[in-house]
Amino acid sequence: MRLLLVGNPNVGKSTLFNRITGSHVIVSNYPGTTVELAHGTLRTANARIEVVDLPGTYSINPSSEAEEVTSSVLSHESPGDVLVNVLDSTRLERGLNLTLQLTALRKPMIVALNFWDEAQHTGVHIDVATLEKILGVPCIPIVAVSGERTKTLVESFDKAAISPVQYKAAISPVQYDEENKWRKIGAMIQAVQQLTPRRHTFAEAFGDASLRPFPGGLIAFTTLGGAIPAIWLIAEALIRCVFDPFFISLWMPWMSRFSTFLGDGWLHALLIGELTNGQINYGEAFGLLTTGLYVPFAAVMPYVFSFYLVLTILEDSGYLPRLAILLDRVMHRVGLHGMGIVPMLLGFGCNVPGVLSSRMMESKRERFICITLTALAIPCMAQTAMILGLAGKQGLGAIVLIFGSLFIVWFVLGLILNRALGGESPEILMDVPPYRMPRVSIILKKVWMRLFWFLREAVPFVLGGVLIANLLYTFGIIDFMGRAAGPVIAGLMGLPEEAVGGMLIGFLRKDLAVGMLIPLDLTFRQTVVACVVLTLYFPCVATFAVMLRELGLTRLLMAVGIMVSTAITVGALLNLALWFAVR
Amino acid sequence: MDIVRNTVLHHVGNGRTATVLQVCGGRGIVGRLEAMGIRPGVTLSKISGRPLGGPVVVQINGSRIAMGFGMAGKVLVEVEDGEASS
Repeated sequence: MRLLLVGNPNVGKSTLFNRITGSHVIVSNYPGTTVELAHGTLRTANARIEVVDLPGTYSINPSSEAEEVTSSVLSHESPGDVLVNVLDSTRLERGLNLTLQLTALRKPMIVALNFWDEAQHTGVHIDVATLEKILGVPCIPIVAVSGERTKTLVESFDKAAISPVQYKAAISPVQYDEENKWRKIGAMIQAVQQLTPRRHTFAEAFGDASLRPFPGGLIAFTTLGGAIPAIWLIAEALIRCVFDPFFISLWMPWMSRFSTFLGDGWLHALLIGELTNGQINYGEAFGLLTTGLYVPFAAVMPYVFSFYLVLTILEDSGYLPRLAILLDRVMHRVGLHGMGIVPMLLGFGCNVPGVLSSRMMESKRERFICITLTALAIPCMAQTAMILGLAGKQGLGAIVLIFGSLFIVWFVLGLILNRALGGESPEILMDVPPYRMPRVSIILKKVWMRLFWFLREAVPFVLGGVLIANLLYTFGIIDFMGRAAGPVIAGLMGLPEEAVGGMLIGFLRKDLAVGMLIPLDLTFRQTVVACVVLTLYFPCVATFAVMLRELGLTRLLMAVGIMVSTAITVGALLNLALWFAVR
Repeated sequence: MDIVRNTVLHHVGNGRTATVLQVCGGRGIVGRLEAMGIRPGVTLSKISGRPLGGPVVVQINGSRIAMGFGMAGKVLVEVEDGEASS
């Protein structure tokens, strides 16, 4: 037996899925987030039931790729399937459209009325018994996010597992009538729903204010303007109070003693790296136990944590769709619509989810632009953390120049791509969820999942990268490549030839790439140029892999070609501009 | 006497209530808007929108929907209480 979770986008299917299967699926507050099927297992007293979380759809007639997935799964003849139609109780009328279409499938069905608490709070009263009578299937109110009543729901699944014929999930006797469905839905709403009139709450008024240009623009400016220093402050506090003390007062003495113990030789070079004036310098040593541990844990992880903390709060509060509305016109200049801001924001954490979430854009053209801009101009948090460390020494001006240049490149290239790639981009059409108070437990859980995912992906690659960097230096490969690429790197961009080491390692990990620049003692101008070029020139291997999957080989090569040529052009121009400016 | 005006959604004044008469477009756009609840006979109220472009946000049945300016230009509505101001 299989449970298929089906319903409109944003009704809480994935939250319910997480709750009943104990799976770890990231739930976000914007449409198009679930684009693949998620499979999990529900263990009840009597059975192990497979649960499938389907992408949200408004109707069985698909109008997007995500909806096509759902549609094809549903039309597949599969006798053991039970549909769990998840409805948003505050948007009953809209949801019933799909519910009626599902009844036509003649599969056993249970209806879950989610957001029941919100319905109560907003004066929406639904007569569940009458609804059950009309539909002929069990209707169970739940609050997925808190787990309220989900036990009742699960018990009904359990009964289903024991005796599929007799149990509660019934095949609805309702006859589906395409012509008159809205009249039928209207009649149903009349029969079961009552709205108590109530005043606008502050949250609603604030929610509406946030999406108008005024004061929405001000709110956006304050929010983002507050979010960025918040990320920086939290991360720096963690570094100063937790990680630096550990790595400097505890780890360093241990490593120093270990270093003396190991003496000279390849094991020392591998584990500790090179000593600077007889001391271990985390930025320069490049040993597995020194740089290999310091970079991911002490330099990057605090920023990854604080970034995802802030992002998760923004997601769960419902703010991001409003930001998308405000930015819609700007995004159209670069060939996207307002929701395109989401892949960009995600890309700041890690380019991989940024690229993957480009699926929420409806057309191939939009997806190509979205993916290219993300991989090109958006530095992931790991890279950003290292850039802040490296360029921070040159002052705030360097940081402003680096990120300012990246933003300009993002916009200009977006304009060019929009012009060069013919075709129109679809307009925005989406549900704007109400502001919700994020639940602390859920935020912590999501942040932890993302942090764990980062560590699991980053640490092995950083360690591998340190190893490879060591090998490249030892065997003179960096010297050789540096001389080969000299004309471009030194001539056009004004960087020392050894910077090519950073570019080679950048294929693997971007944070380590920036780290390779630390021992080079770059000037102000070189720091700015190098950081910008390292962001633009090529995606890291993880991003490369997902880009290949999303774009296919030909368009991947196009994207990469754009990235390389942009990096060289911008690097040269920036070098020239700064040389004039500093003179 | 109440004056009733017919216009398209993006010309409706902010804060006004209107009833949808027709969605002028192909099956694709009609279907997409219908799925969101915008179809002939429903009442909606306009939350925000600028005269020269930008997304249009309406409240319909308790939920809020944002759509593009061009799309809003395809929704023919009847504004109830007087002027359909731009």
